[in-house]
Amino acid sequence: MSRPSDLVQGTLDLLLLKILALEPLNGWAVSQRLRQVSGDVLQVSDGSLYPALHKLEQEGWITAEWKASENNRRAKFYSLTRLGRGQLEKEAANWARLSDAITQVVRIEEA
Amino acid sequence: MRMEQWFYAVPLRLRSLFSRRQVEQELDEELQYHLERKIEEYTSQGLTPEQARHAALRSMDGLTQRKEECRDMRGVNAIDNTVRDVRYSLRVLAKSPAFTIVAIVTLALAIGANAVVFGIVNGLVLRPLNVPRAESLWGTEYGDGSGWQSYPNYVDLRDRNRSFDALAAFKFVFIGLDTGKDPALATGFATSGNYFEVLGIRPYLGRFFRSSDERGPNSAPYVVLTWAYWHTRFHEDRGVVGRTIRLDKHPFTVIGVAPPGFQGTLLFVAPDFFMPIVNQEQVDGGSVLNARGSNGGVFEAFGHLRPGVTPAQAIADVNAVGAYLAKTYPKEFGHKKCSLSRQGLTSFGGPVRAFVGGLMLLAGLILLGACANLGSLFAARAADRSREVALRLALGASRQRILRQLLTEAVLISLAGSAAGLLGSVGLLRWLSVWQPIPGVAVHVPVAPDATIYVVALVLALVSGFLFGIVPIRQVLRADPYEIVKAGPTGTAGRRITVRDTLLAVQIAICAVLVTSSLVAVRGLVRSLDSNFGFEPRNTMLASTNLAMAGYSAGEVPAMQRRMIDAMETIPGVERVGLVNAYPPLVYAAAARANVFKEEATDLRPSNAAAMPYRYDVSPDYFLAAGTVLLAGRSFSWHDDNTAPPVAVVNRGFAAAFFGSVTSAVGRYYKLQDGRRVQVVGVAADGKYMSLTEDQQPAMFLPALQTPATAFYLVVRSSRNPEHLAAAMRSKLRELDAGLPVATHSWNSLLEVVLFPSRVATMALGILGAMGAMLAMTGIFGMAAYSVSRRKRELGIRMALGAQRRQVLGAALGRAVKLLAFGSAAGLLLGMLASRVLASIVYQATPHDPLVLAGVVVAMLLLGLSATWIPAQRALAIDPLRLLREE
Repeated sequence: MSRPSDLVQGTLDLLLLKILALEPLNGWAVSQRLRQVSGDVLQVSDGSLYPALHKLEQEGWITAEWKASENNRRAKFYSLTRLGRGQLEKEAANWARLSDAITQVVRIEEA
Repeated sequence: MRMEQWFYAVPLRLRSLFSRRQVEQELDEELQYHLERKIEEYTSQGLTPEQARHAALRSMDGLTQRKEECRDMRGVNAIDNTVRDVRYSLRVLAKSPAFTIVAIVTLALAIGANAVVFGIVNGLVLRPLNVPRAESLWGTEYGDGSGWQSYPNYVDLRDRNRSFDALAAFKFVFIGLDTGKDPALATGFATSGNYFEVLGIRPYLGRFFRSSDERGPNSAPYVVLTWAYWHTRFHEDRGVVGRTIRLDKHPFTVIGVAPPGFQGTLLFVAPDFFMPIVNQEQVDGGSVLNARGSNGGVFEAFGHLRPGVTPAQAIADVNAVGAYLAKTYPKEFGHKKCSLSRQGLTSFGGPVRAFVGGLMLLAGLILLGACANLGSLFAARAADRSREVALRLALGASRQRILRQLLTEAVLISLAGSAAGLLGSVGLLRWLSVWQPIPGVAVHVPVAPDATIYVVALVLALVSGFLFGIVPIRQVLRADPYEIVKAGPTGTAGRRITVRDTLLAVQIAICAVLVTSSLVAVRGLVRSLDSNFGFEPRNTMLASTNLAMAGYSAGEVPAMQRRMIDAMETIPGVERVGLVNAYPPLVYAAAARANVFKEEATDLRPSNAAAMPYRYDVSPDYFLAAGTVLLAGRSFSWHDDNTAPPVAVVNRGFAAAFFGSVTSAVGRYYKLQDGRRVQVVGVAADGKYMSLTEDQQPAMFLPALQTPATAFYLVVRSSRNPEHLAAAMRSKLRELDAGLPVATHSWNSLLEVVLFPSRVATMALGILGAMGAMLAMTGIFGMAAYSVSRRKRELGIRMALGAQRRQVLGAALGRAVKLLAFGSAAGLLLGMLASRVLASIVYQATPHDPLVLAGVVVAMLLLGLSATWIPAQRALAIDPLRLLREE
């Protein structure tokens, strides 16, 4: 299974959960939003997006339903579950710890 | 995973599994939507539709791979793989139907046999009686160890012991039961009044009799019917309670019906009714209530141990009571150490356990043999499929996946086999549990299958599946795909001893054990059928009757007996007529023993007895009618009555033990328990008295005229058809007294009872032996066929180089034949050892019998010959030219 090489393992999950926490979106919209919020820094290939979404759905963190999209076509919309909200908090905290640690390491090297 | 997570995950997974098509369609639709939006985006940037489509597809990094990743994410691969394994295995198995059928049938037989044996163990040993708190119910093995004891001793034991809450007792009664229309014979339990109170069961209808109903002899003319008898004889008529019926002409009131499922407190005998033991005189003719010296009063006494009392304490307590009784009544009672037994099995416990244990062992061997058989078949298949396995390994399958798939095949086969075996065994057990092995005797084998048997079969299936499934594992793990694919199937059959060879040898040995023991048993049975019983049962009819039931007093008995004998003698074709009190030898395994003393003995305590011969009170012509040979002296005459001095005829064993030899015995004296001095006037040939397997026992015959009894058998020897003779006998006796209850049987038919255990043992062993033989055959066949097919090329080259048929056969089958010989020899030895156990069940079963040894050798030879026949033909039919061209 391929993962975006330029994303730290597990961060894609965090990003997706965060994006879906704001509002339920379909896969296309998620990819647009990703590009939008991160500028073009975080390159997530469209291909890796769907397996990641399916995995989150299997874990019970997000749930899917078929709805009319913004251009009035049927699309699969994902939304965060209660479990997913908890997971988001956990992963966000993890991320904060990790990035803090890395920042510190980087500073030590600078000094 | 947390609970809540399951809540989301489980429905999704089920959906992925079972609505696969819909899930796939949704995945397509989802990705399609994305693609379309992407294409729209690109076209709006100015690309042509065609260019836009290509760009969109490129941005997905390969649509099909993404889909596969999404499927992986659904996390149903484990289940999916199993499903795939099962499908694949089914396809593989379907491709070789012969192999599959052989394997399933083998397992069906083996697991079926084990399920049946387990059903028997479950019914006879594990499953307690269907009463509350059955686990604390114990029977006392009192008296002579067979359970039988005298009624007064039971009463003393009941009142003096401190170990049992209460002690109930029962004995059998065989009576004529007359409801007013159709008198018929019935089997009942005469029980102590507290019988149902001790068991703690409630009546289905009406009430049970109680200990308060007992107010001395014949005070409680009540009958409780078993549910089964109420169902068959009274057609569930609820109005039967309160009705009067006649047991041997005496009026009894039906007061209740026992609950369904309660078949009395004995495993093998299901009574039709229960009656109070205080009324037994009315149906037995004589009272046992005060006969302390008679061991025929009570068959088994049982009760719940008091809380906190261990069986060991209870045994000590019961023995203390026994010692007290022996001291108090030295003339009537000699106490032997006794123990407790599982209630319902008293006096059967030992033999039943031994028999069932033996069966379990043999059935286990069969299953082991089957596993060995299938293990070697699977190993052979795995070797044949090494190319396929190598290919799969080379294509990236993990060894684990391949092993899983092989095990799936094994388990599928074992499940199918066990399902088939279970079906058969449940049918067989159902049949066994309603089986009436001996006509006229209420023998009953309580082995109806219950739920545990399904569990056992499933466990056996899984265990055996894994057992034979793991045999080829080493082969697979060792396989090097590169080498195998490069080299092709190797033609070199290893010269080393392989796992397969060992398995086959073990399996043949097991089979030889089974064949040996079944031959030993069959041979024993055949011998016991035409062995010397000490009498000649052929052409002999027995008529049992009881004068007390027809109202005769003791004084009238001798004259009436004489008239009955005379009447029998007037029937045309009748040669001799004799009479024996109580039961003739070997009938219903009922025989009385009596203490005898040396002539000079003065202290006639039971413990001082010089011997305990079987005792028969017979008429003058009994020896001629029974066909018992007199070796010396004379028989009795009609003058040997109460006014004449006491005389006896003893058997050879008695004469030899007491007086040194047959000739020196005649004219000598010995003493009976009551002090009478008896002169030996004749010596009869030895015989069998109680059971066929007994060692040679002493026996004495006394003149019936000197101890007249109301219950006796007439022994009628004739040259006529027994059926016609029986009718004539009954009509003659009815002429004498129409109210006389009479039952007629041929002596041979009554021997069925004593032959029953060895019949059953022989039947069981015969079946197991046949199964073992089949297993060995499939095993040898599989091995031989496999070795021929693998070495086709080598054999072809040998033939091309000029090998003779004999040499080809030797090369192809030599190994199988060697294994067969080795396995058979080992099995024969083991079988002879095992047969020593058999000797205790099957009369005259001895492994040291040239016929048995020859039989085993011939059987194994035939098995080997028939099993290797087809492979041998195949080896000889190899056409070297064609074979070499094909390569």
